Amino acid sequence: MDIIVCIRRAPTTDARIKPGADGKTYDPAGVNYDISEYDKFAIEAGIALKEKHGGQVTIVSVGPSAATKELRTAIAMGCDAAHLLTSDAQHDAWSLAQVLAGKIKELPHDIVLFGWSSVDNQSASTGQMVAELLGVPSVSVAVALDVADGKATVDRLAAHGNRERYEISLPAVVTCTKGLNKPRSANMKGIMAAKKTAVPETPANAPADGVAVFKMDPPPPRPEGKIVGKGAEAVGALVKALREEAKVI
Amino acid sequence: MSNDVLVFVEFADGAPTKAGLQALGAGAALAGQLGGQAVALVIGSGSADLGKHGAARTLVAGGDAVSSYSPDGFARIVSEQAAATGAAAVLASATPMGKDFMARAAAMAKCGLAADCTELKAEGGKPRAVRPVYAGKALQTVEAPGALWATLRPNVFAEISSDGTAAAENVTVSFGPGDLKAVVKEIVAGVKGKLDVAEAEIVVSGGRGLKDPAGEGKQNWENLEKLAETLGAATGASRAVVDAGWRPHGEQVGQTGKTVSPKLYVACGISGAIQHLAGMSGSKVIVAINKDENAPIFKVADFGIVGMVEDVVPALTAALKEAISG
Ligand SMILES: Cc1cc2nc3c(=O)[nH]c(=O)nc-3n(C[C@H](O)[C@H](O)[C@H](O)COP(=O)(O)OP(=O)(O)OC[C@H]3O[C@@H](n4cnc5c(N)ncnc54)[C@H](O)[C@@H]3O)c2cc1C
Ligand SMILES: Nc1ncnc2c1ncn2[C@@H]1O[C@H](COP(=O)(O)O)[C@@H](O)[C@H]1O
Repeated sequence: MDIIVCIRRAPTTDARIKPGADGKTYDPAGVNYDISEYDKFAIEAGIALKEKHGGQVTIVSVGPSAATKELRTAIAMGCDAAHLLTSDAQHDAWSLAQVLAGKIKELPHDIVLFGWSSVDNQSASTGQMVAELLGVPSVSVAVALDVADGKATVDRLAAHGNRERYEISLPAVVTCTKGLNKPRSANMKGIMAAKKTAVPETPANAPADGVAVFKMDPPPPRPEGKIVGKGAEAVGALVKALREEAKVI
Repeated sequence: MSNDVLVFVEFADGAPTKAGLQALGAGAALAGQLGGQAVALVIGSGSADLGKHGAARTLVAGGDAVSSYSPDGFARIVSEQAAATGAAAVLASATPMGKDFMARAAAMAKCGLAADCTELKAEGGKPRAVRPVYAGKALQTVEAPGALWATLRPNVFAEISSDGTAAAENVTVSFGPGDLKAVVKEIVAGVKGKLDVAEAEIVVSGGRGLKDPAGEGKQNWENLEKLAETLGAATGASRAVVDAGWRPHGEQVGQTGKTVSPKLYVACGISGAIQHLAGMSGSKVIVAINKDENAPIFKVADFGIVGMVEDVVPALTAALKEAISG
């Protein structure tokens, strides 16, 4: 099986994000990066499919040269190859989807895996857009995935805890979420292999954004909260505040 | 391009969902600013007079091809109607369904998607949207070169009631069931009638402070459920308790869980880590119950009680019952 996993280098979830000097993107000072959280479930799903069916797992990512670190982490986890399409700019999902689909078309692919949403851009769109550009089925927010006889059975987490089951033909796009698996960590052998694997870099030449950022602002600050009291005796004051002050109950 | 706004209105069990009507309300408000009208689009058999909720027209796409949900099928219908109406903006609610197919629909139309927006406005005759990014640590204002495609966060926009009528106009679906790439085959699990944490108006969440439900925490979680029931709330959880297997992962609130913006969020035994705050600080009113007065959750809580969940949660349920019935 030829498995492709699209991963994103994103600010860690504990990063402090402040608008930068251009007023459109964030100030990178002091920000650390990691593989975007849900992409780890996609990597694990890819490696698990390879272990079951044979084949190879190829990572594709758009990002700055520094993202080779995250790509090597994916190889250390058990992926076989990685391609970095270099760009130092921030792009929206539509721009990224076009770059990714262009690269994926050059590579053999039976299944293309994504995180269901990035932790930073949070558009939850890139996977479905790539599927449309490739003209293949997509199922997003997968919590179960099984492949047999050129087909995938996928359970998608929908509203109200419902799981919708799909049976789709391959090639297909599946976006992955927590609950699908437990991402493994890299072992020593993987880390050694990652050191030896070349990560080719080619310029992304990303097309214009579908939705362009006009400005980026910090969120309005929340007013300073107050402690209404201590222990069970305070519930009366709380209920009164919720009724009369906040008017929410 | 017209000045109209096309709004996909989600239905469940034959009636429009609350989130669907909120999207329609937002679409009608935007259309008013653009000098156009809101066109509601319903897929499937459900029909209601959406003229009462701000629609000037109601388009209904039905038939065999859409008897079950299909991401590419729904995407195709919405992109075809977007082209047919020449809409300046195409909207749907950012529910699990809307998030899924709107990205595909926008791509069919060769457009981007402003996902999970919390504000919409016309500026200089063009629609603009505001969307939280980095889990609410920043707000982006975005615009599109052509039509603006957007999904709208539930519970942020207001439903409207109007006295118009917009009788259903059937639109043709250009494909048959055999043309669909992915269709829901069956629903394999789920709790009928259970409120989804991302769509609920009130959320009551529990954290590690409630302790292991298989051990000493059993009573605490029962108390939390009773509090949620009394408030008509959905239950949420911190990642710590989801990772411990104490609660299902669909309940996780935070940067790597669900983003919620209910009118009331009650955090019980949750410390308020940055990733948790990221998912719930858009709530209108936040209440925190924690034994540690220095817990970071109190920094964002409008009202806090310093105390043990064992005592405070059942007392609060009792006091609420009395207040609500009185
Ligand atoms: C990549 C990444 C992503 C993450 N994403 C998320 C996310 O999406 N959502 C999320 O929630 N977390 C997330 N986290 C985890 C986060 O950092 C915290 O570890 C987690 O939120 C803590 O959960 P908690 O508040 O339940 O537990 P704790 O931090 O252990 O807090 C328990 C609280 O309960 C109080 N308490 C204890 N006993 C009682 C009692 N009897 N009565 C009253 N109060 C009591 C304590 O004072 C304490 O404040 C993420 C972490 C990482 C690294
Ligand atoms: N720059 C990128 N390079 C490769 N894959 C990406 C990139 N950005 C997003 N993705 C993939 O698309 C998924 C959804 O991202 P988003 O649409 O931004 O929420 C991510 O979880 C990744 O799998």
